[in-house]
Order: sequence, then structure tokens, then C-alpha cells
Amino acid sequence: MTEPSAFDAVVVGAGPAGSAAALALARAGRSVVMVERGPFAGSKNVYGGVVYGRVLDDIIPTWWNEVPVERWVVRRSTMMMTEDQSLAIDYRSHAWGVAPYNGMTTVRSHFDSWLAGQATEAGAQLVTSTVATGLVRDSAGRVIGIRTDRDGAELRAPVVIACDGVNSLLAKEAGLLPRAEASHYTLGVKEVLDLPAEAINERFGVRGHEGVDIEILGCTRGIPGGGFLYTNAETVSVGVVVSLPHLAEAKVRPEELIADLKAHPSIAPYLRGSHLREYAAHLVPEGGYDTMPTLAADGMMVAGDAAAMTLAAGLWLEGVNFAIGSGYAAGRAADRAIAVGDCSARGLASYRADLENQFVLADHKRLRKAPALVLSERVQQRYPGLLCDLAEGMFTVTNPTPKAGGLRVTRAAAAKHGVKLRELAVDTIRGMRIFG
Amino acid sequence: MSEPGSVNETTGAADGSLPLGGDTTPTGALRWRGISFEERMAGVDFRVGARAHITVDSDVCRSCTTRGCVTACPANLFAPTSDGGILFNYEECFECGTCYMVCNSEGAITWTYPDGGHGVVFHHG
Ligand SMILES: Cc1cc2nc3c(=O)[nH]c(=O)nc-3n(C[C@H](O)[C@H](O)[C@H](O)COP(=O)(O)OP(=O)(O)OC[C@H]3O[C@@H](n4cnc5c(N)ncnc54)[C@H](O)[C@@H]3O)c2cc1C
Ligand code: SF4
Ligand code: SF4
Repeated sequence: MTEPSAFDAVVVGAGPAGSAAALALARAGRSVVMVERGPFAGSKNVYGGVVYGRVLDDIIPTWWNEVPVERWVVRRSTMMMTEDQSLAIDYRSHAWGVAPYNGMTTVRSHFDSWLAGQATEAGAQLVTSTVATGLVRDSAGRVIGIRTDRDGAELRAPVVIACDGVNSLLAKEAGLLPRAEASHYTLGVKEVLDLPAEAINERFGVRGHEGVDIEILGCTRGIPGGGFLYTNAETVSVGVVVSLPHLAEAKVRPEELIADLKAHPSIAPYLRGSHLREYAAHLVPEGGYDTMPTLAADGMMVAGDAAAMTLAAGLWLEGVNFAIGSGYAAGRAADRAIAVGDCSARGLASYRADLENQFVLADHKRLRKAPALVLSERVQQRYPGLLCDLAEGMFTVTNPTPKAGGLRVTRAAAAKHGVKLRELAVDTIRGMRIFG
Repeated sequence: MSEPGSVNETTGAADGSLPLGGDTTPTGALRWRGISFEERMAGVDFRVGARAHITVDSDVCRSCTTRGCVTACPANLFAPTSDGGILFNYEECFECGTCYMVCNSEGAITWTYPDGGHGVVFHHG
């Protein structure tokens, strides 16, 4: 034994993963301190975004009565576009607009502060404006705490939970994620634009607290990625998410891609007269299951984006729910390990087992091949145009020339975009295998 | 004319827009469809710390052929110098990590977080 531990557990980061971990530990009666480098929870965090609240049902019953929500998403649209065309699948649900809801737009400075508040109310301690600068280890190499930038003060505990986000310097220091590969990461840039609530309601066809989520493919000049447009109460969020190495190679500035999207004939009418309030940027770990680090070491666990747990598979960009699910599971695993006095990697192994039995690793495992397909050249550069031309071929009235049959239209569209029908069939089957 | 940075009412395009490509003002500032980079960053809350949390070794950059950081950094903080190096200013940084991820030259970038409570504060993240 070295110096006695002041806490049962130290959690680094007060994002959704960290707050969920601290909440689980505090509820179990453990003394837990959360260290956050920003001046308040959420101050360093950026997402699209929509939070899918189902993960909260078991943790905070009727959370929807107290969560700081902007709008409840009742309309979700997946749009494919070329420079001057677009084709969308537009789903609308009345059920999504009433409790228990499906997804909500919310702002991270509000949402993360709320969730951190749940943890502190349960007894966790939150220390803000403090950076965890490194791990403290014992002579056997076991993690026994962290160093901070508060005059180098150390915080010691038998278990440290690294919820320090996508750049996780702690996971790297621990050797759990030896070297991050740029191709597994995307850069997200976002503009939040002021728009009066009435304008949002009229343009997006909603009322009251109803909101809309539009995901867009084909708007990034061929750089693998996608775009998004979300409605908040009195602002809209518009942005793009693009592959890091491809962005650097293309020599395109990220804000140019947002400007493209804002000027697109299918998007511009939504944004008329809006005004930039805040511009922001953040990375997304998109590699999925195959790129996750080892989740536990002696005295340490990794959760949320620090463990690459964002599910980014074209149709989905979900990270907050995965962070909450993994953080809570890590907190519970820590409690069990502390109870039996074994915080070694073996003692913490129930964390991974728990994640495999719930959506966090089950979804990731099932969709492990999805990131590669969604970011593939054909899906990114050819299919949006192909599908738009297909729609154009079917819907353009050509009198007096008779209508072309579906197969002829498909053949013509595929040929124009350099796609063989065989490739189309292969990708369809591949897509059905991955997503089906 | 509406204010700079707003979206044009009739065309839907941003004011002063070009169909494609950026524009450089006489002073050389990067403008993008009516909104200058300075205007873009003006709405972001930065609590600048005394310590440069990121440093760039310009000597290493001189032999770099890719220069991915120059265009990819969302805060546009990497400025090429006439002698082939890089001039870097840490003050208005999003702390995103793009630069060290796209840089392939060992030792060019030393990347840490700003001291606690300093750096960018997002209010609408
Ligand atoms: C552009 C974009 C769009 C997205 N859209 C969505 C969406 O619509 N829906 C969705 O569910 N997800 C979305 N995501 C993903 C989501 O934002 C993340 O998955 C989620 O924030 C992960 O939570 P986390 O707690 O693991 O990490 P984070 O939210 O990143 O929190 C990490 C925390 O740790 C703190 N920290 C880091 N290092 C230290 C240190 N050394 N010392 C002290 N504190 C530290 C940080 O300040 C931060 O508060 C999006 C992400 C991006 C970038
Ligand atoms: S920081 Fe890296 S990518 Fe940028 S110029 Fe220097 S060596 Fe090249
Ligand atoms: S961390 Fe991001 S914003 Fe800061 S210098 Fe690097 S790329 Fe630019």
C-alpha cells in the first residue's frame, strides 16, 4: 500500500459518460470525484445534435419532465444531394412528440450540466476548471490516481474512470489506445444560427416543442462524411462531419463545406435571414467496434468517446446515449470491484461483459462493417447522384416521348455515375447484411 | 443589404456569395461568402490562458510537403510563412485535435489542453 486513497473512484471528464459513471458510483454509496477541465460541464463539448433518451429510462425515471430540451424530434429526414438536386426519405411520427419520446435536440452546455447535476445531487463531487494531466501508478504499474494542474495536486483512488472524450490523453498514456489512426476520426464543424421560433415552425412544418432532424449525404464535395441540420428552440444547427485525412488531402477549409450546404437550394430556404451565433468544431471517433481500445487495465476503465463508442454509421450518429450507457456500466463495475477489493483488470472485467449484453457493444458489434461501407467511395460520391437521377428519371414528364421503364432509368443513372449494376447489387446485399 | 454573415433573403445564398471558392479581401483576410473569418470567430467565447497549450516547431514544418494543418484546422491557426515555416497562434483554438491527427511529421506539434478553466467555452455546443 502507498498513501491511502481519498476517494473510492476518480472520474475524469464531466461529459455524459463521466456524469453517468459518477452517478452510478454515488448511488452505490461510493465516494467519487469528477474532474472537468472546462469551467462548467458541457463547456468543452460539441455535437449535432440529438440526444436519444431511451438509455435514461432506467437511470432517471421520467427524465423528460426535467431535462433541458430544445425540441422533441418528430420528423427525421435522410437526404441525398448533388450540387443542385436532392432526394429525401422523410419520416414523421406523432408518437415521437409525446412521452416517453424518441430524440430531443438540446444544447450540451445545458444537457451536460443537467446530467452532472444528477451526479452531484446523488453525492458525487464535481471539480471544474481542473485538468487531469496524467496518471499516478504504483510500483507494479497499477493506476492509483491522477495528477491535476492544480499545483500538481494528486487525486487517489483504487479506480480511475477515463471519460475524457475523443482525444483521451489518459487512454493513450495508459497504453490502452497506443496510437490513434486519423482515418478512424472525423472532424465535425457546426454553425448555430439564430432563427425566430415562428420561422422554424413554419419552414420545417412543426409547432410548439416539435423539432426536425435532417441528415445529409453527398454535400461534402466527395470528402467522405455527411451533413446535418437540426432545429433547436430559437436556433438551428447546421454542419458537416468529414474524414480527417481526406479533408486534409482535399485542401478544403471545413467552413467552406458548411457554406456550400447553407447555399444549397434544398437547404437555403430553411435558413433565410438567419444569423451566425456560434461556430464550433470537435472530433468524432467513427471507427467503431474494431478500433476500440482495451476497456480496462489495472485500476482503470475507459468509457464513452474515450473508448471510441460513438456509433457513426451513416443512418446514425449517436454518441451521447452510448456514452451514458458505457459510463453507467463502468460506474457499476467499479462499485462491484471495490466491494470485492479487486480493482485489477480482471476485477473490472464485468464492465465489458455488461456492455456486450446491452446495446452499447451489441449495436457496435452488429454494425462493425457499417463505417467502411458508409464512407466508401461509391456510397459517398456516386450513389447520392445516382439516386437523385433515378428520381429525376421517374418523375420528369417527358411527353410526347413515352415514359422510360424503371430498369432503363436505373441503367442510365448507373452508367452516368460510373456504377455497374452488379456493383449496385453487391452493395445492396452488403448493406442489407450490415443493417438488416 | 442585410448584415454580413446573414443569408440572403431572395437568393438563399449568403450575401456577397461566389458560386464556389473563397475570396480574399484587399487586406488578404479570408472571406467566405460574405462572412470573414474574424466575424466567424467573433461569436466564440475564448478565455485565453497565459500558456501556449499547443506549440509548433517551424523547423520541422519547413520540410513538410503535405501541410494538412493549414487548411484542416477549423480555427485557421496555422499560417505558412515566406521562409516555408509555420506561424502558429494558440489563442483562438477549439482544442479539437485535428492538427496533431493530420500531421505526419513527428515532433512538429506538441499538443496539450489549456490550463483548467481556460480556452474555448462553447455555449451552444
Ligand atoms: C459534430 C458532432 C455531431 C455529433 N452529433 C451527435 C448527435 O446528434 N447525437 C449524439 O448522441 N451524439 C453525437 N455526437 C457524439 C457525441 O457528442 C459524443 O459521443 C459524446 O459527447 C461523448 O460523450 P463523452 O462523455 O464520452 O465525451 P465528451 O462529451 O467529449 O466529454 C469529455 C469531457 O472530458 C473533459 N476532459 C477531457 N480531458 C480532460 C482532462 N484531461 N481533464 C479533465 N477533463 C477532461 C472534457 O472537457 C469533456 O467535458 C456528435 C459529435 C460531434 C463532434
Ligand atoms: S504542423 Fe505538421 S502538417 Fe502542419 S506544416 Fe508542420 S509538419 Fe506539416
Ligand atoms: S486543436 Fe483544432 S482548432 Fe486548435 S490548432 Fe489544432 S486543429 Fe486548430
